[in-house]
Amino acid sequence: MTTTTPVEVDQEGFLLDATQWDHRLAEQIARENGIPELTDRHWQVVEFMRFRYLTTGTAPSIRSLGKESGVPVKELYQLFPKGPAKLAAKIGGIPKPHGCI
Amino acid sequence: MTQLLDEPLLATPPPRTIEKVAIVISKGSLEGIYPGLIMANGARMDGIDADVFFTFFGLDAIRIDRQDHIKVATVGNPGLHMPTLIGALPGLSALATRMMQRQMESLDIPPIPEFLELLADSGAGIYACKASVDMFKLSKEDFVPQVTDIITVGDFYGLAAGAEIIFT
Repeated sequence: MTTTTPVEVDQEGFLLDATQWDHRLAEQIARENGIPELTDRHWQVVEFMRFRYLTTGTAPSIRSLGKESGVPVKELYQLFPKGPAKLAAKIGGIPKPHGCI
Repeated sequence: MTQLLDEPLLATPPPRTIEKVAIVISKGSLEGIYPGLIMANGARMDGIDADVFFTFFGLDAIRIDRQDHIKVATVGNPGLHMPTLIGALPGLSALATRMMQRQMESLDIPPIPEFLELLADSGAGIYACKASVDMFKLSKEDFVPQVTDIITVGDFYGLAAGAEIIFT
């Protein structure tokens, strides 16, 4: 860890407190999860996930992520091969999405 | 007296994870098709590779002329807790289907045609069983464009090497 302030995460590495999140932390979580650099398209997805969680209390499904984030499903999987919704939530500092879809 | 270890203690091995699934969908009812689609999509969402193999009436899910007309089985379906004779009334299957579709839409579960697009875009392989295709006298043109290929059972097992095979 290179952050100066320690953050609390759950067993899978999701932030316990979404307010502890910042862009530098996001980049660090991304690197630890196999994404060396966050592009503008990554950010678009991450910011959308975060916005939806903070405004509605739940993270979007992969279906609405593909329809509403401005990044289509195919590209979502190119950006986040190990699972777009889960990984974007982790990078965005919000809890792991619970839906099955 | 304490002694330093020459080699670090072995870390506990990571939990065994599933890397790949091969899902067979063999039934043509709404409740026969959706579980396989949801499991395939769920696999992709977790970064697990997924192939879906449609066989027998499961082919209806990928047939252009049928995938929009998939119905809940209201006869011979004890899960509905409905007397068989009531289930056989005209229009009842359509009604039960509409109710279930509305419920699924509220959970953000897509209709079958859109679900197949979602799966294909997620990188899941979509395959039709050759024996069933021949049996129903169908060809590639009868299927939605998301279908990767029509393959034999042997091809399927070849694709499924290293995967967990799930039959639905």
